[in-house]
Amino acid sequence: MKRFEHAIPAGIICAIGMWVAYVSYTQTPAEAFVFPRLVATVFVVLAAWTFVRSLMPDAKVQQAISAATWSNILPGVAVAAIYVFWAGKALGFYTATTLAVFVLISYYDPAPHRDVRSWGKRILITAGFMAVMYLLFAMLLGVFTPREVLFR
Amino acid sequence: MEFLAWFGPVFEPVAFLLLLGGTIGGLILGATPGLSPTMAVALLIPFTFHLQPVQGLILLGSAYTSTVAGGAVSAILLKIPGAPANIATTLDGHTMAKAGQGKRALQLSFLASLFGGVFGVLLLIFLTPVLASWALKFGPSESFWIAILGVTIIGTLGGGSVIKGLLAGCIGLWLSTIGFDDILGTQRFIFHSSLGGGINIIAALIGLFAIPQVISMFAKGRSTTSMDVIDVRPHPIKEAIRELGQSRLALTIGTAVGSIIGLIPGVGGQIAGLVAYDQTRNFSKDRAKFGSGHPEGIIAAESANNAMVGPSLVPLLTLSIPGSPTAAVLLGGLIIHGIFPGPNIFLYHSNVVWPFINSMLIGQFLMCIFGLLIAGYAARIARVPPYAMAAVVLALAVFGSYSVQNSMNDVYVMFVLGVAMYFLERYGYSAAPLVLGLILGPIAEGSFVEGAMIANAQNGIFQYFFTGGLNLVLIAIVVASIGYSVWLELRMKRHEAKV
Repeated sequence: MKRFEHAIPAGIICAIGMWVAYVSYTQTPAEAFVFPRLVATVFVVLAAWTFVRSLMPDAKVQQAISAATWSNILPGVAVAAIYVFWAGKALGFYTATTLAVFVLISYYDPAPHRDVRSWGKRILITAGFMAVMYLLFAMLLGVFTPREVLFR
Repeated sequence: MEFLAWFGPVFEPVAFLLLLGGTIGGLILGATPGLSPTMAVALLIPFTFHLQPVQGLILLGSAYTSTVAGGAVSAILLKIPGAPANIATTLDGHTMAKAGQGKRALQLSFLASLFGGVFGVLLLIFLTPVLASWALKFGPSESFWIAILGVTIIGTLGGGSVIKGLLAGCIGLWLSTIGFDDILGTQRFIFHSSLGGGINIIAALIGLFAIPQVISMFAKGRSTTSMDVIDVRPHPIKEAIRELGQSRLALTIGTAVGSIIGLIPGVGGQIAGLVAYDQTRNFSKDRAKFGSGHPEGIIAAESANNAMVGPSLVPLLTLSIPGSPTAAVLLGGLIIHGIFPGPNIFLYHSNVVWPFINSMLIGQFLMCIFGLLIAGYAARIARVPPYAMAAVVLALAVFGSYSVQNSMNDVYVMFVLGVAMYFLERYGYSAAPLVLGLILGPIAEGSFVEGAMIANAQNGIFQYFFTGGLNLVLIAIVVASIGYSVWLELRMKRHEAKV
């Protein structure tokens, strides 16, 4: 399983390299793809070498991501993905960020969820941080962000 | 002595306030475990858009300087290096702090940082114009090889697998070609509408350096481990200055090693600190005391990692080759302000570059003063739990990448690259060569295309790119850096097999 784990990313990179090389050598006009061809050729050679090395019996094998790590990162990455790909645009940056920060802090905070004071602390951290973000980006830098659903 | 004429802009109110803010903020960020100088500078770049180029660069330069020095605070008081450059500082620094000498360790650390940092910036001031005038001889073929050298050297000397380092550089070069071709306007590798405008460098920098750290903080889970900051007892500064004066050997070795390593593209502060520590121990009369709270250990490590900062910008400003991963991010900061480093930088941008360099000199003194004043408090502020830090950095990354062009596409690219980089790092690939490939890709391609046009009108591509003294020297360095790194890796493997 450990060897398989290292061969997967090496294989994916090798496949990407081959796709890059295929596109570089088949697309026209050829003049626009001269530099990409150069890069793709070296890319494929190095990626293939890495992939083959990862399958060799003497390849250095160590577990890169344990099951416990997966279970720790997946909820956070899922919340972050929803925040980036959907909530940011659909709800507006400030609303989405408030929700994302609050959910992440609440999920990863080791303080017991039954403790009322810990919820107060989480709300306070989120509100304080969002106040700073609003001051910084909306008031000071004047960054135009997607329309908010809760306020204008 | 042209630099003397450019101190004025640094003392203009806004610029000086930014220098102060960058220094103090950098000290706190540097002291925060998990926030590397590279990530701090990457997250700061979007804030510089609304500033004049010189002001923006002063902010980035002061943050770079003080995050490296600030990393010593958590290394000494928490036994967690704030940055990889401070690993060697933990060896003696934390032992001293546990023995009730935390203040003394911090004072020695900041004073040594000041000495090394000032020497490094002076090298930057005097070497950069010399190298720039030499680099004026470069044509398209030499520029092409310089860009390739930048990618290969950071890929091979950064530690880890040479092949994976070069592969990461190649991925970066490929990513730089996504979008529309500059000359013919042809679409290249646009497999999703988000990539129509190519990959924005700043969004990519934020993603590649910030998101992997966010996920690493998630990986700690609902950890209950709390970090105890060691209380610092008063210690007279005069005594620390006297002690520093007596530790001339450690100071000299640290500063020399840091300066030399800073000049070598791609090596960075982590190696500078460790090599300086090791060399000082070898030459010291008290070598047995190293590791058990010996002040010379801190002096060597901290003077080295700050002496590295200035010289790491010499190849960056003159040849576009960064001396460290943080310098690579600074390169992105320069480019978005329309400053393309190269031989002509002092010709076209002396009004920006000299104040920037001078601010780094003044920043060293500010870093020392504020470091000594707020070090103890910085460690307490820096004790933010990782889960809160992860949420904060994620939000800053989203806002920062969006504010580059007010485009959600940049946010998507930032996040996808960041998540991919987290997994790539776990499997031995490094972000630094990838970033450099992305930044130097357009320079390499532009030089290659220009060179190819000249070559077609002359004696052919081989003759143009593979002959001529400078070309051959650069090719030799590319081959030598790869060869040396492969040799080192093989030697290490043999050593591991024996053990």
